[in-house]
Amino acid sequence: MIPYAAPVFNSTALPFMALTREDVLRAARLARIAIEDDEADAVLEQLGRIFGMIEEMQAVDVSGVEPMAHAQDVMLRLREDGVTEADQHELFQSVAPRVDRDLYLVPKVIE
Amino acid sequence: MHDLTLKALSDALSARKLSSLEATELFLNRINALNPRYNCFVSLDEERSRAQAREADAARAAGRAGPLRGVPIAHKGIFCAKGWLSTCGSKMLSNFVSPYDAHVVQRLNEAGAVTLGKTNMDEFAMGSSNETSWYGPVRNPWDPEAVPGGSSGGSAAAVAARLAPGATGTDTGGSIRQPAALTGICGLKPTYGVVSRYGMIAFASSLDQAGPMARTAEDLALMLDAMAGFDERDSTSLERAPESYGRDLTKGLKGLRIGLPTEFFADGLAPGVASAVDAAIAQYKSLGCEIVEVTLPNMRLSVPVYYVLAPAEASSNLARFDGVRYGYRAPEYRDLDDMYEKTRAQGFGPEVKRRILIGTYVLSHGYYDAYYIRAQKLRRLIAQDFTEAFAKCDVIMGPTSPTTAFKLGEKAADPLQMYLSDIYTIAVNLAGLPGLSIPCGFDGQGLPVGLQVIGNYFREAQMLNVAHQYQLATDWHLRAPPQPEDGR
Repeated sequence: MIPYAAPVFNSTALPFMALTREDVLRAARLARIAIEDDEADAVLEQLGRIFGMIEEMQAVDVSGVEPMAHAQDVMLRLREDGVTEADQHELFQSVAPRVDRDLYLVPKVIE
Repeated sequence: MHDLTLKALSDALSARKLSSLEATELFLNRINALNPRYNCFVSLDEERSRAQAREADAARAAGRAGPLRGVPIAHKGIFCAKGWLSTCGSKMLSNFVSPYDAHVVQRLNEAGAVTLGKTNMDEFAMGSSNETSWYGPVRNPWDPEAVPGGSSGGSAAAVAARLAPGATGTDTGGSIRQPAALTGICGLKPTYGVVSRYGMIAFASSLDQAGPMARTAEDLALMLDAMAGFDERDSTSLERAPESYGRDLTKGLKGLRIGLPTEFFADGLAPGVASAVDAAIAQYKSLGCEIVEVTLPNMRLSVPVYYVLAPAEASSNLARFDGVRYGYRAPEYRDLDDMYEKTRAQGFGPEVKRRILIGTYVLSHGYYDAYYIRAQKLRRLIAQDFTEAFAKCDVIMGPTSPTTAFKLGEKAADPLQMYLSDIYTIAVNLAGLPGLSIPCGFDGQGLPVGLQVIGNYFREAQMLNVAHQYQLATDWHLRAPPQPEDGR
């Protein structure tokens, strides 16, 4: 069995609440997807309907059921602790948007 | 010649009736002539295809045979293929020439198959109509105003239109079986773990599985023989002895117990689909099969469960598209966060963004148990329903999709309607079971209907036997869509 993340929040009784505009904007921030102000309402409307459908999950009692993270009950394999990959950084960096001296270039993070 | 099945083409190559180069030219010519009409292919590289064909001809001349040696096939755009534009139907990967081969591509190359091109698909495999592709929709060869299904819509339409004798596909919630049904071809989603996911651009990793699409069950077996097998680069690839998936094709079906779930024949099933499936069941009875009623009481929850789990996994998998290591980067940005946000806003289409947002929300602080863990618990109940059903039967049958091909634009504006198109296929992915679709007739509009066969874990050979025996007794799988040169 591949382990699933242990529940951190004891919130199984949490009611399904109507999605708000703030929820959408927060998720968009977390997902690093820019949403323009004039898009947010349309996204909210569509996500709201999808969550309405998802609420059907509430109809069934799942107490005592073990969560199923994966289709097969298999153990993750172990392998020898050794180098298995050749250095191909030039090949892999050939498809990057911006590279200089083997480094991926991004905007400055620390001033 | 273009009407030959993959097996017949393979036999013609073995008998030296034609060369791989001739076969490859034939299909490339058809693609050049007809792709503008269907939009099945996103990338072609004719010189590369010809080089592979010449290599296959040389190998055959040197005595290296094998059923796929020199057979031209198409690959779904989701597979990385070295030197090929591998776009996954997305603007995000519209400039991505893969530096490596997916395991599936590598295995088919080793078997000597020739790559004709990369097919169109719903963006990141998220869709059931091929309308979410950045490269525009694929058209159904049976009705150019109708969708081919999705997400493997380009592969399905290419096989149906005889632009390729076979193609690879992937299936996370029905993406091989539903387009196979809507275009009148055959498609198989193997047991989860049978085919390696290495190099297959990830959508929902606990559900994604690759499989073959072709015109007959026999052809599916030939392709799956090459595609399946252990690969240490996929942590969920299963270590099992290699098998011949066509080994049981010729077995009779007398005494086979077919389970019909009551839930598959309830409200929402189009009458034209129901009558074709009923007729197929009657055909199986005449082949000596027994019909058993079974029930999958939690199947109705498979759509909501799927739309929690698949977006959750997708939101994590698609975090890698950040404009740093490959793919699209927004042309203008202020700082690093702005670069991420603009790159992802511009690079992803609306359906992909929708699913990333759903996934991000259900995994976020305070909602994890209520959505994600609850969905995983329901996933177990759905899988247990199948275990109980398989105690009473050998295979389960029903429709692949509740309707035949719908019109372009008909469901595109309503995600919920689109999601219900996979109501009979999603539960199979959640359980990790193998499922296939074969053509079993037409509705009143002359559009093809698919019969779904669901097997127990690792029973692909038995399912292919069940499909092949039906195809020996019927000819639905040989019907071709109207050819444009017919003037229709």
